[in-house]
Amino acid sequence: MIPAAFDYAAPATLDEALRLLRRHRHAKVMAGGQSLLSLMKLRVASPSFIIDLRRIGRLAYVKEDKGAIAVGAMTTHAALAAAALVRRRLPALAQAAEAIGDLQVRNVGTIGGSLAHADPAADYPAVLLACDGVVVVRGPRGTRKVPAGQWFTGLFATALRSGEIVVEVQFPILPAGTRSAYVKMKHPASGFAVVGAAAVVRLGRDGRVADVRLAFTGAASHAFRARAAEEALRGQEPTEAAVRAAMARAPEGVDLLEDLVADAAYRAQLVRVYGARAVLAALG
Amino acid sequence: MIVRARVNGEWRSAEVWAGASLLHLLRDHLGLPGSKNACEQGECGSCSVWLDGELVCACLVLAAQAHAREVRTVEALAAGDRLHPVQEAFVEAGAVQCGFCTPGFVVAAVDLLQRDPAPDDATIREALSGNLCRCTGYAKILDAVRLAAQRMAGRPR
Repeated sequence: MIPAAFDYAAPATLDEALRLLRRHRHAKVMAGGQSLLSLMKLRVASPSFIIDLRRIGRLAYVKEDKGAIAVGAMTTHAALAAAALVRRRLPALAQAAEAIGDLQVRNVGTIGGSLAHADPAADYPAVLLACDGVVVVRGPRGTRKVPAGQWFTGLFATALRSGEIVVEVQFPILPAGTRSAYVKMKHPASGFAVVGAAAVVRLGRDGRVADVRLAFTGAASHAFRARAAEEALRGQEPTEAAVRAAMARAPEGVDLLEDLVADAAYRAQLVRVYGARAVLAALG
Repeated sequence: MIVRARVNGEWRSAEVWAGASLLHLLRDHLGLPGSKNACEQGECGSCSVWLDGELVCACLVLAAQAHAREVRTVEALAAGDRLHPVQEAFVEAGAVQCGFCTPGFVVAAVDLLQRDPAPDDATIREALSGNLCRCTGYAKILDAVRLAAQRMAGRPR
């Protein structure tokens, strides 16, 4: 398995990376390379130029910044899973990072690379949507912030424009009492999500569900919010029966993927079951 | 391009093409064939090595990505003829069948025991989940890791 020939550069600064990206029209930006190198070896991707971001300092960090958890694009899944701030304030994100592939992949793969690649079965997309995250990109015309709901535009497709590089991902810090969880059914061989569900839930003073955001990955061409199920759950008592009843509506209006592992009917069932598990896990 | 890396404690360099993986660098240019070339897709873990102390699949890292960094391979584990306790435990527990996956499993097991000297079974399974044994000799591999953990608990390394 040998990739097609390409030229390689590992620029020391983001500006230099952006310049190279402008100059080489068929260049691909490489973060950890855990998806890209695999696709290049299979010749699914044959970029003529690789711009490796590894030498650019200050793109790997997890910090609290203006009410959000700011994650540098080059932060590895392993670093994110281990970050105390994330584990404490946004368990769903730590759980998603921890559930990716295996240790060898988590030590190298990055959140920026994963979100730019937009694999329909990747884990972060569900969390990004459920948390109302923001993807920060830098391009020839400066910095742009793309809300989660506008990021995923199709199968392996995002709002990232030509010449732009993902530099940061922001997750608003959840107010006290708002809880989150991510659960998935792992493909037994690849480790990708057959279905993954992220839930962010807040109970009101009356003990009922005041607010809930629920998003799925692995089930369709890209991650999606299950708004009908959210609507059905709002105002309900947070009982297992009520959660399961609301989840009947989770696959509503979604064109579900079919493959050898799961046909559309089974995926719809997985969406209902894992949606309920995510909400119940968030409620603890 | 010239890639220079500190491999098993020694600075080595080689001229490789841009598409060469770290695994190719080790096996074909530096005379270190211990890390095995199997799936080439980061699925099987046969090429597991340490890059700056972290377990990675050498097949999914470009040689260029390892430039100026520290690489440690399975060859670094034994001291001359004296096997590493994890290697000894693999032999004693019969955790080797065809042997092709063994170097990757040994490296992943050593990585685990460095982080967690007394792992429970679930932790061992999770830590080795990136390594595949197509002889399906997993039960004895788990035995070997448990045995190594016991042995290493009682002796300095």
